[in-house]
Amino acid sequence: MTSATVESRRPAPGGTAGPRRGRPVPAGVLGALGLLTLVAVLELVPRLGLVDDRFLPPFSSMVSALVDEAGTPTFWTALGQTLRGWAIGLAVALVAGVVLGIVIGSLPVVRAATSSTIEFLRPIPSVALIPLAVLLWGNDMKSTLILVVYATFWQVLLQVLYGVRDVDPVARETARSYRFSPLTTVRTVTWPTALPYVMTGFRLGAAVALILEITGELVIGTPGLGKEIGVAQSSGAVPQMYALVIVTGLIGVVVNLVARWGERRVLRWHPSIRAEVG
Amino acid sequence: MSIVRRAVLALGLPVVLVAAWWFATEGSQSFFWPPLRDILGTFAETWWPDRIMGDVVPSLLRLLVGFAIAFVLGVGLGVAIGKSRALRAYLEPVLEFFRAIPPPVLVPILILFFGIFNTMKVVVIVTGCIWPILLNTVEGVRSLDEVLIDTSKIYRLSRRARLWYNILPGASPQIFAGARQALSVGIILMVISEMFAASNGIGFTIIQFQRTFAIPQMFSGIIVLGLLGVALALVFRLVETRILRWYLGLRAAQRGE
Repeated sequence: MTSATVESRRPAPGGTAGPRRGRPVPAGVLGALGLLTLVAVLELVPRLGLVDDRFLPPFSSMVSALVDEAGTPTFWTALGQTLRGWAIGLAVALVAGVVLGIVIGSLPVVRAATSSTIEFLRPIPSVALIPLAVLLWGNDMKSTLILVVYATFWQVLLQVLYGVRDVDPVARETARSYRFSPLTTVRTVTWPTALPYVMTGFRLGAAVALILEITGELVIGTPGLGKEIGVAQSSGAVPQMYALVIVTGLIGVVVNLVARWGERRVLRWHPSIRAEVG
Repeated sequence: MSIVRRAVLALGLPVVLVAAWWFATEGSQSFFWPPLRDILGTFAETWWPDRIMGDVVPSLLRLLVGFAIAFVLGVGLGVAIGKSRALRAYLEPVLEFFRAIPPPVLVPILILFFGIFNTMKVVVIVTGCIWPILLNTVEGVRSLDEVLIDTSKIYRLSRRARLWYNILPGASPQIFAGARQALSVGIILMVISEMFAASNGIGFTIIQFQRTFAIPQMFSGIIVLGLLGVALALVFRLVETRILRWYLGLRAAQRGE
């Protein structure tokens, strides 16, 4: 969700800071230490009685709850439902955002005519749609899907619009002089320029889609991990609740890693990535 | 472009869309899609003045308090973490994990600790808003111009002066990018925390309308929430363009405009 700014594609000025003195501990080791510290704190704070263990069970009991959960088919069904809703919502939002973004961005008149509407609709919080969705579809998967698509669509659309605006005017004029058909222009001129932005939109959208998917499940009660968290909470199964929250965090980490990996892979040819590889 | 043309372009589509909504639902008998006229008809009596004072204002206050705390904490911690390479390496995986947890799932956990009252809602907003601000501040501080930093050190600027005239302004474009994301996360959490458990607030009210099948009122609530989102985004942009005037001007100059 970070670095939504357009300038994130520029390499950081000054490059990487070299070690100044001594031999630094490798970042990986420090990071592992950080995670260990977190685990130790989570284990010790309830054990020492600093926090009521009905509110914060020790880390070990979260883990054993997680192991128990992983043995039940309910957990895996819920995980599958969450991932399916996430993937469908993200895919719909990506296709809609890219197609509309290229159409709107390529036609100056359409762009000017829609910009006020986009500026108005974009900040409307997607959760405003929850009551309407519940009314129309109850706790069917569609209710959550509409939230996911709405929230993710704007992330993608906005990035695509930035990307299309970034097209080199000379390249565009050249394409026009050579009488490229609109489709060829999109394929050979617009798309390569917009692709890094599309991938940024994809990365941001993937994270937002996951948040809204799990939020929808939690609040509306559509099937998935979010609903399981709600069930664990209302039945007072605190360790299970923490275990499921940890799972959602892990899914989030994996989604971020996959999105970043996909970005690098698709943009292998792009100067911003080539420079990083060296 | 003449002013008339610009006005037509800016207002044309919204007018068409609202008109389409108005006429499409004009004689609507559908229970779920009441005529826009009914929605607007109930608007004033539904919201003015009791619910504005009793629901919208408390919601906004919680949002503002939560956002302000998250901003101060996020920038403060972000500067500290961004300046130290070791601290950054130490905390990075932990922060990545916390950032990846969808903020609304923290609501059930925080209810355990803080009950269902104002404290819980403010804490929910803080825990959701802090990550984008914190991580963007770290990024912003990390990518500061080395030459500028070294220069200000050589000129023996005091720590406070370096923070105030070098680090914070240099990182501010990134900080604002994070704060903008945090604001939209904050609005979502404001609504979600009230949908869970509350006795007042805009999210609570809308869900109440939906449960009692007060459909036109529910739509009016959705509109209020939408307007709120738009208004907050506008205010944010005003503040941002004011504080980042130097940066936006610099960017425009670089693009040759």
